[in-house]
Amino acid sequence: MTAALAIEQLLNGLQLGVMLFLMAAGLTLIFGVMGLINLAHGSLYMVGAFACAAVASLTGSFWLGLIASLAAAAAAGAIIEVLVIRRLYSRDHLDQVLATFALILIFSEGTRWVFGSFPLYLNIPSILQGAVSLPGGVQYPAYRLAVIAAGGLIALGLAALITRTRLGIRIRAGENDREMIGALGVDIRTLYTVVFALGAALAGLAGALVGALQSVQVGMGEPVLILAFVVIVIGGIGSIKGAFLAALLVGVVDTMGRFLLPHLLATVLPPSEAGTIGGSASSMLIYIMMAFILAFRPRGLFAA
Amino acid sequence: MKTILSAAALALSLGVSSTAMAAPVKIGMITTLSGGGAGLGVDTRDGFMLAIKRAGNEDVTVVIEDDAQKPEMAVQLADKMIQQENVDILTGIVWSNLLMAVQPGAVAQGKFYVSTNAAPAPLAGKGCSPLYFNAAYQNDNLHEAMGQYANEAHKKMFILAPNYPAGKDSLTGFKRYFKGEVVSEIYTKLGQTDYAAEIAQIRASGADGVFMFLPGGMGIAFMKQFAQSGVETPVMGPGFSFSQDVLPAIGDAALGVKNSGQWSHDLDNEANKTFVDAFKAEYNRLPSIYAMQGYDAAQMILSAAAKADVKDTDAFRAELLKADFQSPRGKFKFNTNQHPIQDIYVREVVKEGDTYTNKIVGTAFTDHGDAYAQDCKM
Repeated sequence: MTAALAIEQLLNGLQLGVMLFLMAAGLTLIFGVMGLINLAHGSLYMVGAFACAAVASLTGSFWLGLIASLAAAAAAGAIIEVLVIRRLYSRDHLDQVLATFALILIFSEGTRWVFGSFPLYLNIPSILQGAVSLPGGVQYPAYRLAVIAAGGLIALGLAALITRTRLGIRIRAGENDREMIGALGVDIRTLYTVVFALGAALAGLAGALVGALQSVQVGMGEPVLILAFVVIVIGGIGSIKGAFLAALLVGVVDTMGRFLLPHLLATVLPPSEAGTIGGSASSMLIYIMMAFILAFRPRGLFAA
Repeated sequence: MKTILSAAALALSLGVSSTAMAAPVKIGMITTLSGGGAGLGVDTRDGFMLAIKRAGNEDVTVVIEDDAQKPEMAVQLADKMIQQENVDILTGIVWSNLLMAVQPGAVAQGKFYVSTNAAPAPLAGKGCSPLYFNAAYQNDNLHEAMGQYANEAHKKMFILAPNYPAGKDSLTGFKRYFKGEVVSEIYTKLGQTDYAAEIAQIRASGADGVFMFLPGGMGIAFMKQFAQSGVETPVMGPGFSFSQDVLPAIGDAALGVKNSGQWSHDLDNEANKTFVDAFKAEYNRLPSIYAMQGYDAAQMILSAAAKADVKDTDAFRAELLKADFQSPRGKFKFNTNQHPIQDIYVREVVKEGDTYTNKIVGTAFTDHGDAYAQDCKM
């Protein structure tokens, strides 16, 4: 194993991490402020990817597609908040899970109805095509580097929003005491819609950014959703800082595990068995890590 | 009288003669019509129903249900179809893990199962059954063909597949015929969509070729990411990874990739021209390999049903075994384990006008059976 390979894998882990953060940020805000478990967050990720693919193929511009993904996911988020989610805040978590699970099915089949069963084409913009050379002889795809940078910037922007703006103050107040900020005259219904739409927009952006790397297809959000839940549980529910660090941790551990475990096992087992066992073991790794962290810190790393 | 007339009119309007059936046949199709794998099930269904429609026979009924790619769902649907709907034949399952869950129960209850795609090794060998036919291939076949093809120009191969029964069959099949060195063998998570970690290892491995079996969205993701990585190693794979259902979503990144198939839409024979034209006319897109397999499964059932009563198991089985139909693949016959013996081709992804598709560039095997037939004792 060379240093170049290790650096490349580390970057891969970071890139997965920032994408998970975009998903987890919305999820953790929505849970923290409104106390709502939103299983349909993965559907908003899918909506973003489909909106980006559709607009990019119509206009030929990936950047317009990105804007469309933000707009479409935020709009979808605001609409389901007003129509469905609003009725769930006072219900218990089981009702929320049932209703948002129904939303997943509605979004998936609705998307299939509009776009068909076959995956859509979405390519990365020409300016970010190909690989760039980094110090240390590392060749790395330009697009993934851009994704890391974009994710980092969004994390900074979100931190500024939460700590330095009026909206941020209201969000933090909402996390602390929902009734009190209502009593102080803050329009809590609008605040909830705005927070939900913000979370949805971040998920939609993640969907569009990842859609260009992977495939834009129905059901693409659910595997990411599971990882995003792992992230917010590890990070501490409601904490943006926790979500960011946990996302990077999960991204790096998952990527390094997939890469290192089969290698380690190959020193004691024949290659074909090492591949099978290593593959299975590495897909369990982040869940094992989550169990360990929760055993020592039951409320996550940065419990709110 | 009215129905007979309208049936005759329908048959005439389709321009095909309707064959008389020996007895009514009820077919239960369980396939994947929702979720990420739906593209494969939709093509299977459309190919199957095209053959049924062209036959224009009212004695054949098909019940279609969606398994959502879940084994427990497939088992429930199979029970319902057998016990409530009284189907005679089951068909349509795309995924090997689902078929492994459904097939034993179906044949134990005396129903035929005609597979349109899934063909796990156990059911071709020790677990073979007189009531189980595979109209597609045995899972290993297309991978064996790429192993054979890789011998021509490659010495050190990097191979990867998802961690599930068909993934293991895949790499086993590849290694059965590849004579060079396998530098690394990786099993990825089923449904994984980010391959950065694997691509980094390919870059570092020094392999002179990559063999990958990643059907559906997994393959799309892999190819797009591979194209961006700056790794120049040539990629090859079985036809599923470069089938008509995924090529438009991969785009230019797939051009020039070699893959194997027991069929391609440009195969030059009369039955294939009829099939491809009819499919395009009906559905306004090119058929995929899954559509062809669905079409042949239906043709096979229709050919047997024209001669024998499906309730007479032995007679019906004897007719199925004859494989008396014109396959778009050209030659087709059954091995002793009721899996196909057929030619397997090497294809290359090309762009024809605006359409990405496959073109045949060589033949990997002629009259190829499978490695498990000898273990099948019937």
